[in-house]
Amino acid sequence: MENFIYMLAPLFSMKLFIILFLGTLIGLILGVLPGLGPTTGGALILPFTIPLEPLSAIILLTTIYCAGTYGGAITAILINTPGTPAAAATCLDGYPLAQKGEAGRALGMVTVASAFGGIFSVFILVFFAPMLAKIAYEFGQPEYFALAIFGLTMLASIGEGTPIKNLIAGAFGILISTVGLDFMTSIDRFTFGINILTEGINFIPVVVGLFAISEMLVQSTLLNQVFNRVALKAIKLPTLNDYKLTWKTILRSSGIGSFIGVLPAEGGTVASLIGYAEAKRWSKNPQEFGKGSIEGITGAEAANNAATGGAMVPTLALGIPGSATTAVILTGLIIHGVRPGPSLFREQPDFLYGIFGAMLFANILFFILGFFGAKIFARVTLIPSKLLWPMIFSLSVCGTYSLSQSYMDIWIMLAFGVIGFFMRRFGFSIVPVIIGLILGELVEGTLRQSLVIFDGNWLRFFTRPIVVFFFIFSVIALLLPYLRRAKK
Amino acid sequence: MKHVHNNNERAIKKNSPSFFNDASIVSFVIIIFSLILFYFTFYFDEVPPILNRGIQPAAFPKGLLLIIIFLTSIVYYLSLKKPWEKQTILPKNFYYTLIILILFTIISKTIDFFLGLSFLSFAISYLWGERRILLIIFVTIIFPTLVFLFFESILHLRFPSGIITDLYYG
Repeated sequence: MENFIYMLAPLFSMKLFIILFLGTLIGLILGVLPGLGPTTGGALILPFTIPLEPLSAIILLTTIYCAGTYGGAITAILINTPGTPAAAATCLDGYPLAQKGEAGRALGMVTVASAFGGIFSVFILVFFAPMLAKIAYEFGQPEYFALAIFGLTMLASIGEGTPIKNLIAGAFGILISTVGLDFMTSIDRFTFGINILTEGINFIPVVVGLFAISEMLVQSTLLNQVFNRVALKAIKLPTLNDYKLTWKTILRSSGIGSFIGVLPAEGGTVASLIGYAEAKRWSKNPQEFGKGSIEGITGAEAANNAATGGAMVPTLALGIPGSATTAVILTGLIIHGVRPGPSLFREQPDFLYGIFGAMLFANILFFILGFFGAKIFARVTLIPSKLLWPMIFSLSVCGTYSLSQSYMDIWIMLAFGVIGFFMRRFGFSIVPVIIGLILGELVEGTLRQSLVIFDGNWLRFFTRPIVVFFFIFSVIALLLPYLRRAKK
Repeated sequence: MKHVHNNNERAIKKNSPSFFNDASIVSFVIIIFSLILFYFTFYFDEVPPILNRGIQPAAFPKGLLLIIIFLTSIVYYLSLKKPWEKQTILPKNFYYTLIILILFTIISKTIDFFLGLSFLSFAISYLWGERRILLIIFVTIIFPTLVFLFFESILHLRFPSGIITDLYYG
């Protein structure tokens, strides 16, 4: 009962409600703009959250996550370009529906499916996160090490890039986390005599560089791209027939999305692809998929929005990000001095349930804003890149500089922008770098502390059942992409 | 026609020296970069055995770099069997954007931070095709000013001194 009251906190605090509303609005706008989305947008917003208190900051980031994931569908349907990677599967049937003059019906249906998927996943989060946290009470350093390794091996199976390239990117991320003073011995590593590097490399310049600046460079190569925009007259409420046709798909995809979201490093993109594929598999009219199937768009959208709550489960309960955007949210938690994990559930339930409540209301709010404002949000796509990206650059630079008022952060941001561009060009996903950077300290710290416990005997890792369990799952995670390919 | 085209592509792939394809260059860069960093790890200080907890500070980065080198070698080996898709040539705009970024770092550090931002905003919007004066003024002057004022007054950030910034700070 107490926790339920904590969940309502964002409704009863004017400040939190304004942040909730702003976060939903910003999330929708970011989701609609191709190339931005909740991950890059969240990274851009991170520096602005620093003056806020932790709960307000994380509510802002999580509501951007929820609304941004939905916002991507608007662009997918109207201009055949996913506003977020998670909306890629929505293009397959959303745009053909729009071309048939049914853009309003398609948007109405994805709004319902997205909100349902999102709300469903919040209940999964409320139920499973405390359970997972309770299990994690049993974890010692070796178990956390094995868990972090499991989280990293899951990188092999995320959407972009080949499995091995993703692992290289993840290892690169961990390597970045080793820059600075070694936290156990205070010995300099990779500082090259530069004093400011002894504190290590800040998360934010790397995140902003990899997502925002690399995207700006990508946009510089796409200037001649022409979008075929479909006009939106009005968004329509789905008919009873639409509900009859899709309720099973929405329910199934919500379950799939929540489950995929819980898996470390997976996220909305994988969830929507599986949700779409399953919708097609179970459909009575699979031949309509790709030509404008209402089941196709609901399958993808319910799944990717359900992944939002799911991805928050390992993020909050274990400190292992469930997706790229939750990696940004985790960065926000760390910046605000909040260490996710079992102790968070015991010591700060008001904080946690405040976040759960905010996610719930964000889903309701984007449902309302989506219905009444989709036409306005659709106009955001009219902002040309030549105006949008210089403005984003100004925000990125000032935001990054504001962290420690150091030029070094700006140079790091620009350097990672260029690195991120070339990584993406040659098929390396940038998401593993962020996840590796976040998990780096956990991996190294728990490994070294485990070795102290084990007197340097590596074999003793295999005497602990939970460690063996995670190691087996790590091997499965590494083999998963090859098994998927073999199945195809 | 398509068949002929495919044959030509195959011929090009077959004839081109394997070292100059994307996979080789990328693998080479990653491995060289890793080897240089690996070399530096030998210069990390060591903890005396009595204080050593677990492993030496250099051991973890060394292990990581070896993993990166090993995985990159696999990527290169696999590329011999299944070559990477050939990338399109980067347009001039990309290189110009990079040059603008470099100029931004120079101007913002040596002349004025705000001027650097305005220069970059102008240069990118103009380079990318914007010709409407009012919009260029908005992106170049009004928006950076709003961002500057937001950070300065709400977030209490003090920007580095420079020609324009000093005028504001007096």
